Amino acid sequence: MDVLVILEESQGSLHRLSREAIAGAQKLGSSVAALAIGENADTLASELSSYDLEEVFTAKHELLSSYSADGYFETVIQLIRAESPALVVAGHTYQTRDFMPRVSAKLDIPFIPDIVSLSDEGFVKQVLNAKLNASLSSASDQIILSFQSAAFNDEEIRGGSCSARAFDVELDSSQVRSVSEEPFQEATGDVDLESAEVLVSVGRGIEKEENVPIAFELAKAIGAEVCASRPVVDSGWIDSFRQVGSSGHNVAPKLYFSLGVSGAIQHVVGMKGSKNILAINKDADAPIFELADYAVVGNVLEIIPKLIEALNNK
Amino acid sequence: MKIAVLVKQVPGPESALPINDHGTWVDEESVTFVMNPPDNFALEEALLIKEGKGDGEVVVVSMGPDRVQKVIREGLAKGADRGIHIEEVGPIEKDPLHIAKRFTAVLKDENFDLVLTGLQSDDTGMGQTGVLIGEMLGISTATLAVETDIKDGHIRLKRELESGWFQWVEFPLPASISIQSGLNTPRYPSLKGIMGAKKKEIKTVSCTELDISSNCQSVDKVFVPQTSKHSEVIDGEVDAAVERIVEILKSEIKVI
Repeated sequence: MDVLVILEESQGSLHRLSREAIAGAQKLGSSVAALAIGENADTLASELSSYDLEEVFTAKHELLSSYSADGYFETVIQLIRAESPALVVAGHTYQTRDFMPRVSAKLDIPFIPDIVSLSDEGFVKQVLNAKLNASLSSASDQIILSFQSAAFNDEEIRGGSCSARAFDVELDSSQVRSVSEEPFQEATGDVDLESAEVLVSVGRGIEKEENVPIAFELAKAIGAEVCASRPVVDSGWIDSFRQVGSSGHNVAPKLYFSLGVSGAIQHVVGMKGSKNILAINKDADAPIFELADYAVVGNVLEIIPKLIEALNNK
Repeated sequence: MKIAVLVKQVPGPESALPINDHGTWVDEESVTFVMNPPDNFALEEALLIKEGKGDGEVVVVSMGPDRVQKVIREGLAKGADRGIHIEEVGPIEKDPLHIAKRFTAVLKDENFDLVLTGLQSDDTGMGQTGVLIGEMLGISTATLAVETDIKDGHIRLKRELESGWFQWVEFPLPASISIQSGLNTPRYPSLKGIMGAKKKEIKTVSCTELDISSNCQSVDKVFVPQTSKHSEVIDGEVDAAVERIVEILKSEIKVI
């Protein structure tokens, strides 16, 4: 095996970024294997059965029934030691960020994180708040990589077959120091952003809380749900369950209609997979315009009330 | 409770970012530096923990050239007790394993109960130094803490997961924890704090005293991102823009 993909579970099935990581791994090496960890490892492995992979290792243990940095780290280093892959890859998720640096430190393998693309010179990563890109490389025999959302397209995964093999991880309770409680959501508000066809997104350009209702009016006029960037949520103008970005939801609607969203990297990672992006911002240099299909340079507070009027008169 | 807060000095959000002549990083002469904004939340959390306990010590540790003494002083002015400056000469190190080994060499004899970091730096954004150091020190690690609760020899903390999920985890101290931005409101230094900071100790350790070898990664070049997308720019009169948006929604994206 050249490349080992560390899989992640999301609500009982394979995390989208894990599928994208498989697509990336297939571009990087001819012989790719994967590792599924935890009590749902067999379910994750079965999701890979039609992919062109050498095999998928399943690691199950009573100490791996829920995620812990200690347990996952131990499992991953044991498999790396047994199989010596040249590359270890994963999606750049919160979970990867939580345990993967431990693997890097323990085995002295460089971890190049948050890669957005591959180039002839190396691995491309955004730096300085995404204002610049950087090309990174390592001469090490082994490298750990993590891929940002949408760095690779999971529709490009090479099909084939893949069988599962149990990996016997050796763990004892002294190695898992943490006790994890059940994950919980603060409030869901009965809003399903992930499956909304159209999203109206509110950014700091809305200026103040009193202006937020125009976003909801616009959403009503075009049959959309309302979401928001982190600064708007942190200001308490919109509920946190509507947040899109690295600490919120990851969405890919047919239309993402953003109002005064600047396009900070933390927000962009959660919406860059949108099919169409229409952005309004008064700053012509706002980073959101680099992604937008339609870049409307202007004041949201002037445009939106007139747009609502025009839509309602039709 | 003895707490280390690792702070980094980075180009500020409003700073110009001209690329240097070799194309390897920004030209630091033209950059306005600030304390890495996420580290500010880690510093505040350390000060709140110390104040909540009523005793203890907060030590601000930073690596870089002489200029980073400014962010150490800023930490001292806000209430940290002393500083450690790991002094670099020449280009700043960007390889996380190297950086972590240098910090570990300095931190290991201090026996901190807690090592706090921001969730990532706004310059290289590697987001791993705190966890690397935790593993190198052989202590517990956790990331993205949004609430901390110190008990006897233990810490219970609320971690942010993805898509609006959270989880409480508890583990023994010592620990290295990265702090999610926004969990507290960082204070401003008082005038008294600023005056007092001048008398506080900053110990300087030279990087060359720390003998380190490691596999590493390098930042080989930086460049302005090329947009691959062809966007239609609509920047005329409000009425014309509205008319065009309606047309797009109706005939091109077909959502109404």
